[in-house]
Amino acid sequence: MLTMPKLTLLLFLTSLLLSSSLAFQSDELLLDDVEFGLEGANHRSTEPVFTDSPASFSPPKQKPSIRKRYSDPDLDSKIQFTLEHAFGDSDFTSAGIFSARLKTWSHGGQTLTKLRFLRNEFSDEEKDAFNNLLKGDDFYRIRLPSNVVTPPGREYVIASVRARCLPRDGLDEHIVIHMDGANILAVSYGSPGACPYPRQLKLPGKWSFNSHTILKSSEQAPRTPIFTEEILGSSENVEGEAEVPVERSFWAKYWMYLIPLGLVVMNAVTQASNMAEEQPAGSQGQPPAAIQRVSGSAAPRRR
Amino acid sequence: MLSAMWLLPYMILGGIAEALISVAQNEFFYSDQLPNSLSSVATTLSGLGMAAASLVSSWIVTATCRSWITEDIDEGHLDYYYWLMAALSLLNVVYFVWCSNSYDQNSPPSPDLLVSTCRGKHQRYIGKVKHAVFHTQKTGRKRVIVSTEQNVVASLDLRHGEIFWRHVLGTKDAIDGVDIALGKYVITLSSEGSTLRAWNLPDGQMVWETSLHSAQQSKSLLSVPINLKVDKDYPILVFGGGYLHAVSAVDGELIWKKDFTAEGFEVQRVLQTPGSSIVYVLGFIKSSEAVVYQIDSKSGEVVAEKSVVFPGGFSGEISSVSSDKVVVLDSTRSILVTIGFLDGDISFQQTRISDLVEDSGKAEILSPLLTNILAVKVNKRTVFVRVGGEGKLEVVDSLSDETAMSDSLPVADEQEAFASVHHEGSKIHLMVKLVDDLETVLLRESIQMDQHRGRVHKVFINNYIKTDRSNGFRALIVMEDHSLLLLQQGAIVWSREEGLASVTDVTIAELPVEKDGVSVAKVEHTLLDWLQGHVLKLKGTLLLASPEDVAAIQEMRMKSSGRSKLTRDHNGFRKLIIALTRAGKLFALHTGDGRIVWSMLLNSPNKFCERPSGISLYQWQVPHHHAMDENPSVLVVGRCGSDSSAPGVLSFVDVYTGKEISSSDIGHSVVQVMPLPYTDSTEQRLHLIADTNGHVHLYPKTSEALTIFQREFQNVYWYTVEADDGIIRGHAMKSSCSGETADEYCFTTRELWTVVFPSESEKIISTLTRKPNEVVHTQAKVNTDQDLLYKYVSRNLLFVATVSPKGAGEIGSVTPEESALVVYLIDTITGRILHRLSHQGCQGPVHAVFSENWVVYHYFNLRAHKYEVTVVEIYDQSRAENKNVWKLVLGKHNLTAPISSYSRTEVLTKSQSYFFAQSVKSIAVTSTAKGITSKQLLIGTIGDQILALDKRFVDPRRTLNPSQAEKEEGIIPLTDSLPIIPQAYVTHSLKVEGLRGIITAPAKLESTTHVFAYGVDLFYTRLAPSKTYDSLTDDFSYALLLITIVALVAAIYITWVLSEKKELSEKWR
Repeated sequence: MLTMPKLTLLLFLTSLLLSSSLAFQSDELLLDDVEFGLEGANHRSTEPVFTDSPASFSPPKQKPSIRKRYSDPDLDSKIQFTLEHAFGDSDFTSAGIFSARLKTWSHGGQTLTKLRFLRNEFSDEEKDAFNNLLKGDDFYRIRLPSNVVTPPGREYVIASVRARCLPRDGLDEHIVIHMDGANILAVSYGSPGACPYPRQLKLPGKWSFNSHTILKSSEQAPRTPIFTEEILGSSENVEGEAEVPVERSFWAKYWMYLIPLGLVVMNAVTQASNMAEEQPAGSQGQPPAAIQRVSGSAAPRRR
Repeated sequence: MLSAMWLLPYMILGGIAEALISVAQNEFFYSDQLPNSLSSVATTLSGLGMAAASLVSSWIVTATCRSWITEDIDEGHLDYYYWLMAALSLLNVVYFVWCSNSYDQNSPPSPDLLVSTCRGKHQRYIGKVKHAVFHTQKTGRKRVIVSTEQNVVASLDLRHGEIFWRHVLGTKDAIDGVDIALGKYVITLSSEGSTLRAWNLPDGQMVWETSLHSAQQSKSLLSVPINLKVDKDYPILVFGGGYLHAVSAVDGELIWKKDFTAEGFEVQRVLQTPGSSIVYVLGFIKSSEAVVYQIDSKSGEVVAEKSVVFPGGFSGEISSVSSDKVVVLDSTRSILVTIGFLDGDISFQQTRISDLVEDSGKAEILSPLLTNILAVKVNKRTVFVRVGGEGKLEVVDSLSDETAMSDSLPVADEQEAFASVHHEGSKIHLMVKLVDDLETVLLRESIQMDQHRGRVHKVFINNYIKTDRSNGFRALIVMEDHSLLLLQQGAIVWSREEGLASVTDVTIAELPVEKDGVSVAKVEHTLLDWLQGHVLKLKGTLLLASPEDVAAIQEMRMKSSGRSKLTRDHNGFRKLIIALTRAGKLFALHTGDGRIVWSMLLNSPNKFCERPSGISLYQWQVPHHHAMDENPSVLVVGRCGSDSSAPGVLSFVDVYTGKEISSSDIGHSVVQVMPLPYTDSTEQRLHLIADTNGHVHLYPKTSEALTIFQREFQNVYWYTVEADDGIIRGHAMKSSCSGETADEYCFTTRELWTVVFPSESEKIISTLTRKPNEVVHTQAKVNTDQDLLYKYVSRNLLFVATVSPKGAGEIGSVTPEESALVVYLIDTITGRILHRLSHQGCQGPVHAVFSENWVVYHYFNLRAHKYEVTVVEIYDQSRAENKNVWKLVLGKHNLTAPISSYSRTEVLTKSQSYFFAQSVKSIAVTSTAKGITSKQLLIGTIGDQILALDKRFVDPRRTLNPSQAEKEEGIIPLTDSLPIIPQAYVTHSLKVEGLRGIITAPAKLESTTHVFAYGVDLFYTRLAPSKTYDSLTDDFSYALLLITIVALVAAIYITWVLSEKKELSEKWR
């Protein structure tokens, strides 16, 4: 998922480039996303499906209706659903049409792929209404059906944005649709960039929408790692359990006692040997005699 | 001549002492008894002491003992020298005793049910009493067995109200009946008549447990024979779940059971006649047919059966007036039907209530069991109706309906008595009357009663023989605030504040600032007092103190430590815990000793609302900068009635005095209360209250508050969670309410966003937001490679957990394939889903905690058959260009730019799951004043204990083999499960029975946090997640430290001077 925002950013930039440089504007999909839909083998694909359609032409006004037709034998169906908008507290009217392919998997799951978005251009009344919103820093609201197969499903999914966040060069919008199978849980709607709080009044240069749509489904949580016994054992050690000390040799353990002991013993032995040396001397002759002998032997030298 | 060997014992003794002291001293210095910061200081101080002592010793030798210690040992007086040493040692011993005496490691339990451990206070409760059975026949300990609404069965001391023993059953194990069998077992019937247990009466050990088969939901009934004989002929009869069971009282063996499920038979009364083995069982089928069975109690065979259809139908309220008669109300509640079932025959006798009482409306049979008398509530009065021999009814007395009555109780001479209690002003009147003759009042007592206990709800009486051989009565009464009191001889013998067993909301408030001249500590001590105190202490140390002395010493210690003072302290350790209970009573508990400082029962602002039930508690006014002279106050939001559309009641209570400042009936319902981050000039916080009509109301209703609110009108958003529909809606303010009833403080809202969870696959089971007053100190996290990760710290994040509808039930009721758990982080301003993660094969219940930029949640993994804990941390990527630390230091960053929810968010979430070995009841996180101290998760485990787990263990950045740099940062190697270290239980050996919630609040000291846990029990402690790095202990004596240092310096100086002198004199010689 890390790369996703970067990717969208790239797409956004390219789309800007396209929309500004090319006079010809088409609703052609820039990216064939069939691959994306197929890539995730299960129906809860973690890869988002996104489209990018700098749409500025206005198709004939359609009633918000859903056409369903079965094209393929493999249970793929084309569906359409309407994006509706409201200015402030006004009623919702149609603002554009999403069309997509609904893939039904063998295990019953459904995924939406190949999403295209066709936005209607603002009529004059709508422009006026939007200008009023901009002046009042009011909300521009959109809504989608909560189920794309049987719209509107249980209830409409609503999102709104302060109208002053949208105008840039044209009108930039960024729609993130959170899906679960054929259900729409929530839609995030807003400008693709920042919209810091003291919002300045800025009228759009062009009354055309740059729409970026992302389809998101839920991420699977990674499974909790289960470690094998040995890793577990070593890791438990780290957690504060008393580490079993490596068995050290007798010498390594007790050298600090043994050395002094050795010294003491050696000392004692030398003492004892000294004693032993002196003792025989003492026993052979009388100590005074020995002294006498020593002094006697020394005396002549002095003399 | 004296042998030098005489010195040997002294040397050996000295050696042993030295060996003992040096080890113990070091241990002490590095134990948790001493603040960590002081350990090294203490070690060096002791070294310094040694040095000084050496100097002093040389001084002693040179200065004083010159004549004693001489070159020739025979000339001097070495013995004098040793005597001096001995004297000095004795002095030292005295000083040591004095020191160790004032050192207070654990204070022993004080008498008022408050168990103080070295860290933490614990109070034991039982809850609102439902049933009470006295056990006073035998000599010895007089006790009362009670069962409560909090599913506690307990044995209380009748003399003091202490708990002998107590068992807290599970939350779904509600007690239906309690009785004493065979004079030695307490029998409880619980779980709708499906579990029967016997507890040993003296010590509360479980003797046996029998689980009874239950096929359907029905009311349950326990009938224990009064016979004391150990005999299988008189089994305990239990009706529950459509079966009648006979269970032996001796070993809990099921003797027989009778299936009544097919007929839809509801047993109403079981009659065991002493002396015969026939049991009469009276019941109704489909509330219109009365059936009486005669059952042989030995075999369970039905001997005879008789049924009569009553055309009017029964209302279900029943009262048995004698052993063979019951009185029922018919379905219109206007006719009393007396059913006699003597000898298996059924006879009906109908009496219109209008014949008994004029202008009677609908009647209600009251619960007390009185022999031959029926208590009926009609026209707000309690009417006593005597049931005659042939089922004839006559009114004998009537009382106001606010009277509580007890069951009747046999007294001497074959007579029965019952007690009634009613209020009159500030007094309650207890009367014990004879059932047969209501004019005879055996006892009439008036007792002064605290207004804040409300009305009397229940009365249980017990009789005893007085010293003058007459009958005496004691009454156990349960008040409206759930408190339990024992009345005897016109006085309250003891009372227990059992309302605290059902705390619903808690907030923590400051105590008043200590004002000049009114300090509690400055009580003048005369020298005599001081001396007496020390004599007492000495006595305590030498184990000579009498119990009174011990109490006096305790009190003195409490006073001197100042823990229970009613003023704010420097560290913010003394606070008031304000707790709202289910009965609608507010309690203020002191953190120092856990005592109740004040309590207040919510009053109804008008007479249409009997007693409002409290919902939640908010800090209303916290004097801070301005308005320091004002007392802080709390807002109690209550409701008149049980359903959510009932009108709300607001009550403002002064925190210092516990007096209600004002209360108002707000005239609209209360769905949600939202404290706003704005305060007015008197520091009153603005609150929005949403009602069921989708309107919000601003409080306080002042023009100042309105102008503040109008200024921020555009920026106020709120959301609602419709858990049943699986929809979360975001709202913004729209305009003022229109309509006649609306005032200018009422506003309409508009819907901004919705999140619609598919009803077939997701069901909301848990939502959570951050604590609004939490402080985040560091906005960023520095990685090992000097990279910065910015925390996405937003007050507007909502954590939502959903589970497949199938998996919403009990753990293990679904297969892993059927259940999935999905968690969301939703921005509540725009409705953006910032994070969405699904856990396949997992199930609730989800317990979560949300702090700073992370959520930790606990759930069950069906695949692994283990509980799991997952952490999600959310980081802001849009500020990622400020990654370089140097830029931050040099000030080239854009961090001060305000962040708007309308900007496109680029967030990075990191998540990691761990196994956790225990089931969890509640999770909280420590909170400190500045948010610098590292956090600990406080996990309330299934064993009703609180485990403190360092947040580092649930860090998503843990890896299997952390690099050296990561290790230095404190990252713990990855493991698959979180460790449960026994020492990490903050409750130590205590249990917070029935744990429901944990509240944390910061102290003024950054390192310390207050922890308060509530359930049936209350527990309070202070925690220092990173140890108290910023303070010395409470009672650290700075004076002693100073004196020691000064003395040492002085000693060094004196020794130096003396040695100079001596050197001089040496030179002169």
